[in-house]
Amino acid sequence: MKRMDAISEIAEKATASNALLVGNIGIPCKELHQTCDIPNNFYMLGSMGLASSIGLGLALSLPERKVMAIDGDGSVLMNMGSLATIAWQAPDNYLLVIIDNGAYGSTGNQPTATSQGADLARVAEGAGNLKVYDTDTKEGLRKILQETDNGIIIVRTLPGNAGVPNIKMSPEEIIKRFMAEASRPSSSV
Amino acid sequence: MTPSEAVYQGIKDAGIDFIVSVPCANLKELIPMVDSDPDIIHVPVTREEEGVGVCAGAYMGGKRPAMLMQNSGLGNSINALASLDILYGIPLLMIMSHRGVEGEPIVAQVPMGQLTAPLLETLDIPYFLPESKQDATDMIVTAMDDAFSKKTPVAVLLPIIFWRQA
Repeated sequence: MKRMDAISEIAEKATASNALLVGNIGIPCKELHQTCDIPNNFYMLGSMGLASSIGLGLALSLPERKVMAIDGDGSVLMNMGSLATIAWQAPDNYLLVIIDNGAYGSTGNQPTATSQGADLARVAEGAGNLKVYDTDTKEGLRKILQETDNGIIIVRTLPGNAGVPNIKMSPEEIIKRFMAEASRPSSSV
Repeated sequence: MTPSEAVYQGIKDAGIDFIVSVPCANLKELIPMVDSDPDIIHVPVTREEEGVGVCAGAYMGGKRPAMLMQNSGLGNSINALASLDILYGIPLLMIMSHRGVEGEPIVAQVPMGQLTAPLLETLDIPYFLPESKQDATDMIVTAMDDAFSKKTPVAVLLPIIFWRQA
């Protein structure tokens, strides 16, 4: 499975449940933007490592709203403490999906430690998270997304990037549109 | 009123309802006060950079967030302050125990103690230097208002001598 396929599944779930969705820095954000550009998406352009933290802050602030974040293996390795903080807070409206392709995809596919055996599902469990899912197929991911609105999913994909254009929106436009959506009452299906 | 109570009063007056914290010895009275306040969501984080991310999410979720931290954590946060908060115009109040200044017993605190104000100036982050307890209460309110009106991180620096006041 390619990362783009995983992002499509995640975006479909977010759209269906009217979840707020944080997109990770770099090409994953562009792939999300290309797949499904809706006001529910926050495109994180900088601050590598903080997608899961931004998602946590949103989930704790908006307990009635479903929140999802797309993270990556390189990013999680940079902010692993976030997994322990998420376990401590454990909001039941927060689903973190870590796409693990074993590579720093946006910078030339240099290998990450997960390509050499670091196991983010066990790290997430060891950090105290009770609901941790692990899959490497599109069908597996779809099934997990259907059955849960919270916890942490590690989805292993192939390295590589889809040929997608840059996001044309400015940071001001991204946050303005996103906050207008976030401040609306939840109307999840 | 203790120095910690004066800071807590400022937090309440400023309408702060979401706090992330990384401990400092000077915050040992304040953190439990915040933690037991039912009107404040308190999230202990593992690192200040992480806290900047959590607070950014909280702001976008409608909260008025602040971070309790030691000034050493400013060094851990600079990329996030620049490429998240400053880039998008996200307000954040950093209430900082300023170590490495007059009265500091630990030599390793001195370099960041001296670098804190210059780093904030380089980042164009406004900062306040309260001396009295009343100053601290008042300046936290002003700093939070500035953070929201200018859509920027703002810092309040509380040095060692502040915490030693009777």
